[in-house]
Amino acid sequence: MPWTKVFIEKDETNILQSEGLRVLSFRNALKEAQAQILTKYPEAFLMGEGVDDVGGIFGTTLGLVDQFGKERVMDIPLAENGMTGIAIGAAAAGMKPIFIHQRSDFLPMCFDQIVNHAAKLHYMTGGQVHVPLVIRNIIGRGFGSAAQHSQGLHGIFLHIPGIKIIMPSTPYDVKGLLIAAIEDENPILFVEHRWIYDYMGFVPEEMYSIPIGQGIIRRNGKDITIVALSHMVYESMKAAILLEKEGIDVEVIDPRTVKPMDEELIFQSVSKTGRLIVADVACKTGGIGAEVICKMIERNINLFKVPPVRINFPDTPTPSSPVLEDAYYPTVSHLVRAVKSMV
Amino acid sequence: MGTEIPAGACKFYIESRVINPKEDDKVMGRRAKNLSDENLIDLYRTMIKIRLFEEKIIDVYSAQDMRTPVHLYIGQEAIAAGVCLHLGPKDYITTNHRSHGHCLAKGMDPKVLFAELYGKRTGCCRGKGGSMHPASVEHGILGTSAIVGGGIALAVGNALAANMRREKRVTVAFFGDGATEEGIFFECLNFASLKRLPVVFICENNLYATNSPITNRQPNSYLWTRGGIYDIEGYFIYDNDVLGICQKAREAINKARSGFGPSLLECRTYRWKGHVGPEEDHEKGARPKSELDLWKNRCPIKCFRNYLIYSRKIRASLLNEIENTMRHSIDEAWQIGKNEPYPDQDELYQNVYFQKTT
Ligand SMILES: Cc1ncc(C[n+]2csc(CCOP(=O)(O)OP(=O)(O)O)c2C)c(N)n1
Ligand SMILES: [Mg+2]
Repeated sequence: MPWTKVFIEKDETNILQSEGLRVLSFRNALKEAQAQILTKYPEAFLMGEGVDDVGGIFGTTLGLVDQFGKERVMDIPLAENGMTGIAIGAAAAGMKPIFIHQRSDFLPMCFDQIVNHAAKLHYMTGGQVHVPLVIRNIIGRGFGSAAQHSQGLHGIFLHIPGIKIIMPSTPYDVKGLLIAAIEDENPILFVEHRWIYDYMGFVPEEMYSIPIGQGIIRRNGKDITIVALSHMVYESMKAAILLEKEGIDVEVIDPRTVKPMDEELIFQSVSKTGRLIVADVACKTGGIGAEVICKMIERNINLFKVPPVRINFPDTPTPSSPVLEDAYYPTVSHLVRAVKSMV
Repeated sequence: MGTEIPAGACKFYIESRVINPKEDDKVMGRRAKNLSDENLIDLYRTMIKIRLFEEKIIDVYSAQDMRTPVHLYIGQEAIAAGVCLHLGPKDYITTNHRSHGHCLAKGMDPKVLFAELYGKRTGCCRGKGGSMHPASVEHGILGTSAIVGGGIALAVGNALAANMRREKRVTVAFFGDGATEEGIFFECLNFASLKRLPVVFICENNLYATNSPITNRQPNSYLWTRGGIYDIEGYFIYDNDVLGICQKAREAINKARSGFGPSLLECRTYRWKGHVGPEEDHEKGARPKSELDLWKNRCPIKCFRNYLIYSRKIRASLLNEIENTMRHSIDEAWQIGKNEPYPDQDELYQNVYFQKTT
């Protein structure tokens, strides 16, 4: 299926084009999704620092202000906590804001409003009020981004009932999942990664949505399961290709949404392979990996042939120096090594 | 340059102000009265140091071995120089993502800063921090936040500690116009005034936060007024007027040191380069070129130099000599900083937690 496929190299998408299928980058798929949302839902609007400027949030909102105007593509003051509350209030009163942060690192500024307000309002009001709010946030990486511009903080929010967390990896998914997020009408953390914006893939022109909570098998294999998130989907696919040459058959699962999580899909896979790696774009302790592994053990204590492994950023802040940055980020070769040590 | 006023963030107040260089000379003359020749030379030297340090970054940045996002201070030098002239090594400052100018003005060694930008072991943070997070305890810089507004609270905390420890230290918080939109700014003004803390808030209003003009973000751009509701005196200093900054900063710092609490200075300025990186940003369409031209005309260094020469305070030859010496020492600092060794990779795991040495 063209929409399930991950394309690592740009050239690979030539096949799609030759079949008359439209190819878009992750960036442009995201932009198209927002344009279609703004067109279809008059109550939807974008808000964020710099959404209307020449950078256009790494190009993902570029030009939308010309099409939809400054009211609906709203530049905002640097006031993340208050503005989050304002977005929540507007959502409760009938709007559908998409709040955009250039870095996930700014989410802690909004922590109170997300955790104590957005996540709780529906419950606290006995279901009278709901909060259709999507919070796009982008994980940065590289060139000395350092400790405050490269964190993946989705794991923290995993702990909070009332919030959904989506982590798209492909152009097809980012469009379908953003549309699903808007239509879901719950507070949703939409986690992107700066390094996947240029990946290409098949993206239909019409509006479509992908069910939240449905993972996908990116690659079938029988020896080991890698549950990979966001940018790690690409790294895992590369690792799988290398390992195939050595006769190791890797199954790559992309959960796409981590809350709710497609537990069943992962369980089926690990039941087959007996081996599990969870690869995430965040620090290790208390993260998605811990949760996935725990969920599997809760289902069947004898599931694993070997102890499961988490591939993550180490439990340190991100350093600035290039040599320390190199040591910090797990790579394809980390994945390959981990797999080899397990089979 | 024509008389036309450029469209951009500074339109609203340039219109209300007639720029008259002769008037400015007189004002400068009045202000310079309280400063020794040595002070004037210090001011000039600090501004030149910052400018040349950052011009060096611009020269070498395309080599891509200085792997840290640089937010350049060029155009704003008068503020760091004018304020830090009155601070001693024990006084604290907090800076922000646009950190180089403040660090240098506070006395940090350019080679240690260069080493940090290159991610080297001898950098001020051993390569952990980079351009956005410099620190130097011996210079009263206890860590730099690139989260907008973060440093304001740390400054107030430094001042609280100084008070509780009965130390005579003053803390200066440097921050941008964007930071005054954060709730933390107001929370800090309130507490600092309530406790009469020895802190001076220096708002560098360069009229933009990234590409967003202040008029898109605040209904009233006179940020010096924000202290009033907390009984904090506010001052407004025109475009890069280094002596104006110097004078007001001295008053505010003396006041803080004498136990009379905080002040807020709004210094109008303009950054010449894009928000981040070594290039100008008008070609990208971020800001109008005419606006930049206007502000280049009000270059803090050029204006001050002209004043010093025409008022016959300091000879041009001396100023040239200062510049040449500085150029040489910045070159040298860069050479050294760049060629320092990298940290060992296992240093990655050090400093996550403080370890007591017994
Ligand atoms: C809380 C937070 N929000 C957003 C950002 C992204 N950001 C970095 S610098 C900046 C603009 C800051 O503007 P200003 O305070 O005026 O300082 P200037 O860059 O003009 O010196 C923004 C929005 C951030 N670092 N922290
Ligand atoms: Mg600014």
